[in-house]
Amino acid sequence: MMKKTMAVARKELRQIVRDTRTLTILLVVPVFFLLLYGYALNWDIRHVRLAVDDRDHTMQSRSLVAAFVNSGYFDLVASITDAETDRLMDRNDVRAILVIPSGLGRALRTARPVAVQVLLNGDNANTATTVMGYALTIIRNESARYTSATGAPSALWRSTPLVTVEPRIWYNPQLRSTLFLVPGLIAYITMITAVVSTALSIVREKERGTMEQVRMAPVDTASFVVGKTVPYFVISLVSASVIIVAAMLLFGMPMRGSWSLLMLAVSLFLVGALGLGLLISSAAETQQVAFQLAMLASFLPTFILSGFIFPISSMPRFLQVVTYAIPARYFLTALRAIVLKGARLDAFWIELVALAVFATVVLTLAAVRLRRQWS
Amino acid sequence: MRRIGFLIWKELIELRQDPDLLGIVIVAPILQLFLLGYAATTDIRDVPVVVADADRSVESRDLVARFDASPSFTIVGVVTSPQDVDPYLERGRAWMALAIPAGYGESIGRGETETLQVIADGSDANSTNVALGYAMNLLAAYAQEKTAAHVPAVRARPPGIEPRVRVWFNSRLESRDFMIPGVLALLLLVITTNLSSMGIVREKELGTLEQLNVTPLGRSELILGKLLPYALVGLVDVCLVLGIAVLWFQVPLRGSVALLFAMTIVYLLTTLGLGLFVSTISSTQQQAMMTTIFFFLMPMIYLSGFIFPIENMPAAIQPLTYLMPLRYYLAMLRAIFLKGVGLETLWPDALALAGWGVVVLTLAVARSTKRIA
Repeated sequence: MMKKTMAVARKELRQIVRDTRTLTILLVVPVFFLLLYGYALNWDIRHVRLAVDDRDHTMQSRSLVAAFVNSGYFDLVASITDAETDRLMDRNDVRAILVIPSGLGRALRTARPVAVQVLLNGDNANTATTVMGYALTIIRNESARYTSATGAPSALWRSTPLVTVEPRIWYNPQLRSTLFLVPGLIAYITMITAVVSTALSIVREKERGTMEQVRMAPVDTASFVVGKTVPYFVISLVSASVIIVAAMLLFGMPMRGSWSLLMLAVSLFLVGALGLGLLISSAAETQQVAFQLAMLASFLPTFILSGFIFPISSMPRFLQVVTYAIPARYFLTALRAIVLKGARLDAFWIELVALAVFATVVLTLAAVRLRRQWS
Repeated sequence: MRRIGFLIWKELIELRQDPDLLGIVIVAPILQLFLLGYAATTDIRDVPVVVADADRSVESRDLVARFDASPSFTIVGVVTSPQDVDPYLERGRAWMALAIPAGYGESIGRGETETLQVIADGSDANSTNVALGYAMNLLAAYAQEKTAAHVPAVRARPPGIEPRVRVWFNSRLESRDFMIPGVLALLLLVITTNLSSMGIVREKELGTLEQLNVTPLGRSELILGKLLPYALVGLVDVCLVLGIAVLWFQVPLRGSVALLFAMTIVYLLTTLGLGLFVSTISSTQQQAMMTTIFFFLMPMIYLSGFIFPIENMPAAIQPLTYLMPLRYYLAMLRAIFLKGVGLETLWPDALALAGWGVVVLTLAVARSTKRIA
């Protein structure tokens, strides 16, 4: 069994090494992607393009505009009049418009309430929500200056509220989105590399007719499947380790937990991903179909359903159930627990078990399917 | 022209004889659309919260009930001591902890100021940021109410500046309306670029390309005949996706459908050109697949503004996004869907996209001599 497995593995390895482009893609491209995307992607919204329609032109209105600019979140790109609003918003030249009514200064000096308008471009709901939060905070702070400065209302308006709140953020105090995206990217890139490398490996032999030769050889399906997995496992493990080390060196991803547990989690995840690729490969009859299946089974779910980008708790109930079948979900939880939280095994052993179960199931299914096709 | 027709016919017959592939090009878009339509929401709901209630008074229970009643939060556990929240946060079972100190209810009753603690798990920075904002708003309203109860003379409307926010184009702030036009763009890329490149390389691998080469077909006829069927499949998928988006997900389609299709055809020039280009530089389907996934698909997904806004990227990276044809098509799709604007606003994007189409297609055709095509 062992010898047969190694024979298949050796043959596969020779084939991989001969195709230098594929090998280079598998080894080099993942790191390159981590670099590019780790650097490029973030959700920290800064430099929101703001236009101001100031109909007041008083000290108070200028101070409000200054508060927006000094916050560091907004870049003032234009001072406009009402007529230009539509054009600027339509062409995405600005994301927010602050409309200050005439009479703002007078109202504030005489301690009367006054409303200012904020127009937001809502096409990207996520960005819009964040920008709205920034704007509300700035206006509230600016408003508080007048409430406390005028002195008059303080008798009626208690300056310290009865309940105060002290927020604290654990694990990632500055809320750097890199620290949250990089583990996700690691899971994503690893998954893609692993599935892509094996998804075509069996169907290719079917399409070319070499499968018949393998069938004639004294190799059973189990050693065939394991033998196909081993070389890709070695390559993917090397590439995954390089990504993880790069993430630590270049993006300051911390390592608060144990290395051996991390490698265990990575290995389990990889075997599952490779197994999924093999299963697809054994199910498909042509490489085009295998490719489409790979996209559907790995690319999209890892991207959408793993909690990498979209929070699972916000999804509809039935989709939340589906996420339990996505290995990246468990890997991501374990990865974040190990590197960011420094949690011990008792906090995430369930995730590791789930990964192991997934790997066993897909590999067994792949072997069973092959056996049925061979007999 | 008739010869191209025959070739297209041959391709379509092949497609029909591969029921798996045909099924997938029809089912895959629908599945993707539903996945993204339902899952791709960056709205934060039902944030799991654990409460460390050291007080257990009427007052503290009232506060917990407010969190539970809010659609943004779900209470997943109530413990007594603040130390007990650790395992919840560590395992990711709760994203946020609310600590209510002992004696809270009494202090509030006496009108003394009390401090609540909110602990958030920052490992998912984006969601945490939003969830924390919700929590602070909820608590601010709560604090104001409690304060008002003790200072009866508080004015209904305090002096100062009152913000009035209006959101344009997507007033419900629905992420779905933003994501679904993106699915359309992504889908076309996957279907047309990948399938066409693999389809051509497949004939290379199987040796049947040789047979096509000895037919009297000209080079351009051969290329057109190989690419057009995929364009057709792509357009069918566009209709499918549009139908579901508008009828099922009720994404507003405010602009002109004709313009949308016109731009789609311009976009197809690029995606098919890329497919042809990949096929000229690949000798196996595996190479073709990896080249498209890694060098075209992934960069386009991440750097086109599909999910991550371009304006958030560092200034050094932003110029790279101009290299992504998807960027222009996506911007136009979203503008047509949500803003209902026409060419008078979109012409720079349309021009850039058309430019890309011509460049890519010319390059690909130039590279493919009849022998390789």
